[in-house]
Amino acid sequence: MCLAVPVRVLQIDSLEALVEVGGLARQASIMLVPDVQVGDYVLLHAGFAIQKLDEKEAEETIRLFEEIAEGMGD
Amino acid sequence: MRFIDEFRNSAAGRGLALRIQEKKVRPTNLMEVCGTHTVAIFKHGIRQILPEKINLLSGPGCPVCVTPNADIDKAIALAKNAQVILTTFGDMMKVPGSYSSLSQVKAVGADIRVVYSILDALKIAENNSRKSVVFLGVGFETTSPTTASAILEAERLGIDNFFFLSVHKLIPPAMRALLDSDEVHIDGFICPGHVSTIIGSQPYEFIPREYGIPCVIAGFEPLDILQAIDMLLEQISAEEPRVDIQYRRAVRKEGNPIALKYLSTVFDVTDARWRGIGIIPKSGLKLGQRYERVDADCAFKIVTRPPKEAAGCCCGDILRGVSTPHECGLFAKACTPEHPVGPCMVSTEGTCSVWYLYEEEGEALSQTGEPQANNKPVTLKE
Repeated sequence: MCLAVPVRVLQIDSLEALVEVGGLARQASIMLVPDVQVGDYVLLHAGFAIQKLDEKEAEETIRLFEEIAEGMGD
Repeated sequence: MRFIDEFRNSAAGRGLALRIQEKKVRPTNLMEVCGTHTVAIFKHGIRQILPEKINLLSGPGCPVCVTPNADIDKAIALAKNAQVILTTFGDMMKVPGSYSSLSQVKAVGADIRVVYSILDALKIAENNSRKSVVFLGVGFETTSPTTASAILEAERLGIDNFFFLSVHKLIPPAMRALLDSDEVHIDGFICPGHVSTIIGSQPYEFIPREYGIPCVIAGFEPLDILQAIDMLLEQISAEEPRVDIQYRRAVRKEGNPIALKYLSTVFDVTDARWRGIGIIPKSGLKLGQRYERVDADCAFKIVTRPPKEAAGCCCGDILRGVSTPHECGLFAKACTPEHPVGPCMVSTEGTCSVWYLYEEEGEALSQTGEPQANNKPVTLKE
């Protein structure tokens, strides 16, 4: 039940946002993350954005995984 | 999808698995506390690529599973009230209470509606002003802020026919209860990533400090989980237990301060009963005094018969990590996802349901020559 998926914010109207989920737009509340901007990625859980994704941190983790992958010679 | 696919890279997965395999470890029990982790671990074939010495235990982090029969009985009693529309998440519908389930009472006429979000329940309340709409709020710290938000929103909009039956629970006190019970040996915790987006890392600090046990807050993709296991093994071998955050893209040390503020505005922390564990001090959320008028427990006279448990069901032991589903006499025989006896077989995140799906069905399929669900690092796909 603690499933949350990363989605991109398409539009913001006060504390409501349109977010993109697998190519589809759907409504989400941003009451819990009122500072998000259009273009940000947020974690969507039960109709609410519960946290903003830190893209810089994500990129750092991805870079580390790429280095590990390169070490495997693929 | 961005921020998903990058964390499923096959070569990086093999690289992390190799790192783990190369580490010299004694037999190690790691507990994934969260049911969403349990599903991800099975779905991605992670157990199969770990060395035998590393044993993953499933913990009590399936909110549907830990909701005791007495609370389900209460929801059923409320749903039978002709003035009430009961709303809840789909996972709760088939959970057997002491005498019936929400599905069964819906079939005989109770107005029960499954919602994807509590905001849908709020709309139902708005559109049915002559009825009392009750939301059965189940879930951990990931979900309880959404309930708190809706309660505040209903207040702001002046919607006064929206009530709440809160069975929300808190994860860290349950971890303490498991450690204090001394029933199961745990060398490290894979801490729940999405609960931690809300509460941050501080609430787990007592675990390394008082019990000397490492904690890593992990994301839910296969590379996240493998990296978290690697980080736990590092801590174990260095004998430097602490709380590390693997899921850095989503979890900050301080959590989500707005969500925490809403939680403390709306709820008071209370002792709560967990299925299989009993009453855990300060592990539940009840509506605070200011919101008592929308607390279904206060607003309705709820009469239930004394709760009883299904004979032979081992959900309690499984939730504490003491038993595996195979040690339950009912598993995959009298108890299957089609005919569940206990909640661990009902919820898609219940340990028994996950084991059944990825082990039993995998085995059955392997005998028919069909692709197996249980023998592949499925997920470590390009």
